[in-house]
Amino acid sequence: MTTMTTMIEVENITKVYQMGDTQVRALDGVDLRIEKGEMTAIMGPSGSGKSTLLAILGCLDVPTSGVYRLDGENAERLSDDQLASVRSRKIGFVFQQFNLLQRTTALENVMMPLSYAGVNGKTRRERAEQALSKVGLDDRMHHRPNELSGGQQQRVAIARALVNDPAIVLADEPTGALDSKTGTEIIRLFQQLHREYGQTVIYVTHDPFIARHTGRVVRMSDGKILSDEKIAEPLEAGAPRPSEVALGHQ
Amino acid sequence: MNLIENFRIALRALAANKLRSALTMLGIIIGVGSVVALMAIGNGATAGITAQVQGIGSNLLTVMPGRLRQGPNQGGGQAALYYSDYQALAKTITAGVVGIAPAYQAQATVTFETETKSATIIGTTAEYAKLRNYKPALGRFPNASEEAGGSRVTVLGWQAAEDLFGGVSPVGRPIKINGVLFTVVGVIEEQGSSGFGSADDLVMVPLSTGYDKIFGAAATEGGKKKVSNIIMSATSEDVVDSVIVQVERTLRRQHKLAPTKELDFTVLSQAQLLSTLGAITGILTTFLGSIAAISLLVGGIGIMNIMLVSVTERTKEIGLRKAVGAKRSAILMQFLVETLILSLLGGVIGIGLGVGVAALVTATGTVTASVTASSVALAFSFAAAVGLFFGLYPAYRASRLRPIEALRYE
Repeated sequence: MTTMTTMIEVENITKVYQMGDTQVRALDGVDLRIEKGEMTAIMGPSGSGKSTLLAILGCLDVPTSGVYRLDGENAERLSDDQLASVRSRKIGFVFQQFNLLQRTTALENVMMPLSYAGVNGKTRRERAEQALSKVGLDDRMHHRPNELSGGQQQRVAIARALVNDPAIVLADEPTGALDSKTGTEIIRLFQQLHREYGQTVIYVTHDPFIARHTGRVVRMSDGKILSDEKIAEPLEAGAPRPSEVALGHQ
Repeated sequence: MNLIENFRIALRALAANKLRSALTMLGIIIGVGSVVALMAIGNGATAGITAQVQGIGSNLLTVMPGRLRQGPNQGGGQAALYYSDYQALAKTITAGVVGIAPAYQAQATVTFETETKSATIIGTTAEYAKLRNYKPALGRFPNASEEAGGSRVTVLGWQAAEDLFGGVSPVGRPIKINGVLFTVVGVIEEQGSSGFGSADDLVMVPLSTGYDKIFGAAATEGGKKKVSNIIMSATSEDVVDSVIVQVERTLRRQHKLAPTKELDFTVLSQAQLLSTLGAITGILTTFLGSIAAISLLVGGIGIMNIMLVSVTERTKEIGLRKAVGAKRSAILMQFLVETLILSLLGGVIGIGLGVGVAALVTATGTVTASVTASSVALAFSFAAAVGLFFGLYPAYRASRLRPIEALRYE
């Protein structure tokens, strides 16, 4: 990566929810800049605002105030359908619970984002097959989610996130529902895809060990960014878990 | 996301809940089925009645006492026809008519041995059967001398003969009408089964005999013999109107009505009778159809109910589809197509059911139910409209779900 261009630019974003009579400030003035090709982890306890930030970064929601530029495009004041269009073109999601459609095959699950993007049937199929091939599921394309293991299901979900060639991939606790061995495989896949295709990946987790596999760790608390740290040498997937003391930064 | 894909997604969603989909569809099936079947029965009854009226002869005119019109009766005046009216008409109207016949009708008890039934007795002349196009299936009609002489002879309608005699030929056998002995000389050919005032169920006697032996005091008024109606047949359809004018002029004079006064009788042509009957049966058909339509409406509410449940159940799926780029319109279409499949498929099956019920009704022989293309089209488009109307709200709800909340929904 010789020239770094900015992929995500967040300036002084706030998000305020009205809960009955009280106002909840989920985000309280967040500034964040993520360059193209970076693999970043966002960490924080529940209630820290990391999920709200992820929703805004993923164009699932708009901030109450502040500026959000994604890949040079302003996304803080868009309508529902405009947001849907941005999601369709630029964002791939990976969820903790995989969120696959149960009654459809792996291939059809991966094809789904393309159909909403208006890609024609033949191209759709080819691209979905390629995406499944990237995640190593060539021989499982016509299986349904209930015929796949948890790790395989998450691979399908990753293929679905990649199929649109998104500018960013947002992963929300992608190993949270998996055992540690399968979790490691998923992390390895993310690292490998990141290396091979240079995708910008944002990884939300509460586990400092998993966060150490990325190149940058952003810690959040009470709707604010607490620390933002470059990881000089990210852990390789499969590395032994260091002691809690070594992981703790404070 | 094109229509075929939406169709596939919808079919898959419906197949995932087969029993529920089937039960939901059942509401529409029954609704459409009853619309088709009831309208077929209504149409069949209309066609039957119309055919029967036309069978009488399209140039037939009937003179009836009283004024047949809408609105309140403006009271008073004589409202009866007399034998003398018939005589006057027969004398004055010579051109333009084939024949003219008076008839007096009354209910009476008819007995053969141990069989008893109540029947309409028509006292009339031989001309009547000719004008009505009645032909003897067995025996003959009374001849002129029997009519003039007041002979106790009678001709039975086909059904009346069947009821009293079973399979046996009644010709030459004695029956009692209100206790008076008559000899059956003929049976009228079967006229067709359905409708009211069926010609198959009557008992004909010569008018003079009827006055003497059966009808009694009710048939006379101030020493004048009453008739129930007078029928005549115009030579062609073209002269029907001029014959009506002649009848009205003659009877106005007979009844001593001032030119300004309203007529106290009605001349009814078959065309008028047909349109009146058509109006009545039309109302009947519409009424039956409306009742059936209500059940279709209830079916629609059933669809809406299930679709609302389905939207709630699939909140997470909707959230996911939106997260990967589905616009509101795409989600709206997805659910709308699902409802339309339910209602249209239900419509098609319902039409099948309706046709089946109509065939079953026809097989029982009461009414020849006729399924018309228009009733099928009406039921089907109504089902489609119901699907669209009741599907729109659940689909709209689905399309408005916020993806971030929908994804978190458990």
